[in-house]
Amino acid sequence: MMLPAVISGFALGAVAPWVVRAVGARAHWLLAVLPAVLFVYFAGFLPGVAEGQVYRFATEWVPGLGVTLSFYVDGLALLFALLISGIGTFIVIYTGGYLHGHEQIGRFYVYLLSFMASMLGVVLADNAITLFVFWELTSLTSFLLIGFNHEESRSRRAAVQALIVTGGGGLALLAGLLLMGAVGGTLEISELMTQPEVLHGSPLYTAMVILVLAGAFSKSAQFPLHFWLPNAMEAPTPVSAYLHSSTMVKAGVYLVARMSPGLGGSELWFYALVIFGAVTMLTGALLALRQTDLKLVLAYTTVAGLGTLVMLIGLSAPLGYKAAAVFLITHALYKGCLFMSAGAVDHETGTRNPLELGGLRGAMPITFAAAALAGLSMSGIVPFIGFIGKEVMYEATLHLGPVGGVVLTIATIAGNALTIVAAGVVVLRPFFGERRKTPKHPHEAPVELYLGPCVLAGLGLLAGIAYPLTQDSLTAPMMGSMAGTMPDHRAAELYLWHGLKLPLFLSLLTLGLGIAGYVYWDRIRESLAATLRAIGWGPDLGYDQVIAGVEWLSFRQVRVQQTGYLRHYLIVTFTVFAAFVVWTLMTVGGGPSAFEMPAVRLTEWVALGLMVMGAGAATLVYSRIAAIAAIGVVGYAVALIFVMFSAPDLAFTQFMVETLTVVILVLVLMRVPLEVRAFRGLGARIRDAVISIAVGVVFTLVLMGVVQGDLDLRLSEYFAETSVPVAHGHNIVNVILVDFRALDTLGEIFVVTVAGLSTFALVRLALFKRKGGAGEGGGA
Amino acid sequence: MNSVILHTATRLLMSLILMFSVYIMFRGHNEPGGGFIGGLIAASAIVLYSAAFGATWARQALRVPSMSIAGCGLFFAAISGVFSAFAGSPFLTGLWWIPHLNIEVHLALSTPLLFDIGVYLVVIGAIVTIALEMEEAED
Repeated sequence: MMLPAVISGFALGAVAPWVVRAVGARAHWLLAVLPAVLFVYFAGFLPGVAEGQVYRFATEWVPGLGVTLSFYVDGLALLFALLISGIGTFIVIYTGGYLHGHEQIGRFYVYLLSFMASMLGVVLADNAITLFVFWELTSLTSFLLIGFNHEESRSRRAAVQALIVTGGGGLALLAGLLLMGAVGGTLEISELMTQPEVLHGSPLYTAMVILVLAGAFSKSAQFPLHFWLPNAMEAPTPVSAYLHSSTMVKAGVYLVARMSPGLGGSELWFYALVIFGAVTMLTGALLALRQTDLKLVLAYTTVAGLGTLVMLIGLSAPLGYKAAAVFLITHALYKGCLFMSAGAVDHETGTRNPLELGGLRGAMPITFAAAALAGLSMSGIVPFIGFIGKEVMYEATLHLGPVGGVVLTIATIAGNALTIVAAGVVVLRPFFGERRKTPKHPHEAPVELYLGPCVLAGLGLLAGIAYPLTQDSLTAPMMGSMAGTMPDHRAAELYLWHGLKLPLFLSLLTLGLGIAGYVYWDRIRESLAATLRAIGWGPDLGYDQVIAGVEWLSFRQVRVQQTGYLRHYLIVTFTVFAAFVVWTLMTVGGGPSAFEMPAVRLTEWVALGLMVMGAGAATLVYSRIAAIAAIGVVGYAVALIFVMFSAPDLAFTQFMVETLTVVILVLVLMRVPLEVRAFRGLGARIRDAVISIAVGVVFTLVLMGVVQGDLDLRLSEYFAETSVPVAHGHNIVNVILVDFRALDTLGEIFVVTVAGLSTFALVRLALFKRKGGAGEGGGA
Repeated sequence: MNSVILHTATRLLMSLILMFSVYIMFRGHNEPGGGFIGGLIAASAIVLYSAAFGATWARQALRVPSMSIAGCGLFFAAISGVFSAFAGSPFLTGLWWIPHLNIEVHLALSTPLLFDIGVYLVVIGAIVTIALEMEEAED
């Protein structure tokens, strides 16, 4: 059941455009059934997983390489799967309202549902390669979703940027996973995670950690690779709400959590996670405050949230894991809700600039209510899940010890306070204050747009009030997955009231700082903007510089390698070939030891004579047409030799190839202007003669060496014996081509097709350029 | 080329060569021949036609874009390998179906045959594309 559940999104996505066409404007209600059913299916695992059970499903995929299509359900995977399918349901519905009437909405569902399936694959995969494949699929589908408005150059840039950053990280991840597989002797992550001592003891441990973290950090937008996430806000809002707040960007967090039992516990792991996480948290939260676009404010607080999660996982068992689990739920619920309500505000007013918005609570009461609840959870107010999240977070940071604990606690307070300011910007600004004039006259959003926010915000409240349920069914099993063993009840305990202790006072302090920050937000924003202007450089610009540098380098490299002169390529190819073969013959051996004149019949002498004459003529004549004809003679003579040695198939093909080659070459050469420069001087002729004689001599030596050795006839005999009984064919050559070695032939005809296509493109491009190109709108 | 002899001869030869190419392709499994050679022969027929009447008329005679022929061929070749999946064997395993017809002739249908037809079409499509593009490149 698990495999169909995971890939059902791809299947539905593939037919989504037809569903939209058939059902019309209400297709989203139908399409949302799938994620909803998946949610129910995954929810069925909850009771078992709450008791510490794990489920594994495996199907053979590429058994030769140890790749199985295996899935693994434990607390961590289940929580993510529930978030993906649950939020996915509302996102599909939301899309129906948000992109209502958009002509490419069918295409959007293809991407969105494929993304959902890929993401489910990532969090449920047990085999490392399976995980990697789905991981890359999320990068690809995210690329398509960010670039959905592909007519805008900003969207295209953001899409390519996200693909390069996350795809590059994916390559690092692949290397890391393969290293782990090689050291641990298995590619099943669940097995690898049970042998931390093997992984830690390996000299490759450092490399593994760095590579895996590079993959995770790039996906989860950790500083200094955070820049792609805010840029990805170019995507339509459903994408931002789904991929870039609650699911895809958390894939990195998921990976870190998944790898914790095996790779965690070392100083390297601890410092990497805590330092990168804390820096990301502060950077994201600070940058959020200088934005004047609701989506960008939310995007930067997402960066901050991801940093917080990574830091908390780094703090490890049991307090760090508990805080991470609670904050993961908190963040997914409020961030998904706020993105969707920001989108609803944008949809109804025509602007996302908080400075231009105000007083919408009267016009959009339901959206306001949902956003307000989410904002309260984001600010960590009793009794929302956000409050519990903040309490356990402080507990975790305080637990660290005198120096680190104080530093990290202060950083966390700062990060949380800044997040509260951001919550104010997103929730208070648009809905309170006096009504301002907006591009569109606002009304309450359609039900599609507020259903998701309402449910998510309500769940944020419910998860806080019913905290024992949250603890038993969600956070405790997830802690168990990260730690490797189920936590006891005390370690996993959540609470709303814990007495007058330090975390409570810190929460109050955070709230006070946040309120003060919101009051002075205008001043903070302007000074932040001024500071950033003064610095004048950021990772986003750095990305452009790196790309420009790579382009410059490849341009230089190509200029050296690709001169555009065929003769240069031939000189290099043949010289290198001759040198390497001579070197091999001298060091390894295999050259001829004795020469024995074979018996050559008269007919063979004739063919040989034709060949030599053709070759000689080709080098001596000045006319190109004559040279081609002379080369053709060589080819036909070779075909004759094939006939004499009873290889009719080869001869047949050789005749045809030779004929067509001559025709095509003549066609080409008739177009090439015969400049005087094209003729070679004496020096060039001597050089070419030396090279060609050298290649000829080398080839002769190799052939003579080959002829001396014993011919291994095992394959030929096998083909001769099995051709008729197995493949029903008497012509061995053809049977080999279409049956025994059909895969090779498939590859070859691929090459043939590509050659045809390339010629087509090259000639057409040249024609296009010559005609001035601009006439057809664009220019090359 | 404006030659009556060439024009007349081409019209006659063209159909003969094309039929011959199909024959060569089909007999390839047991006698010298096969999709690759057959494709080359058929391509040479079309190249001959374009030499006689020009690339524009050759395209007209083809009716479909030459690259589409190659694309079709690639599709046939690839799809012929998928059938074996239903029989539970690896990609491109040859499957044979020899129906018992009450006539003298043996009819053997197989996925390698479909594969060979694919090769035939790819070779025609690609070679004809290259030749026609080159011929037209002057204008």
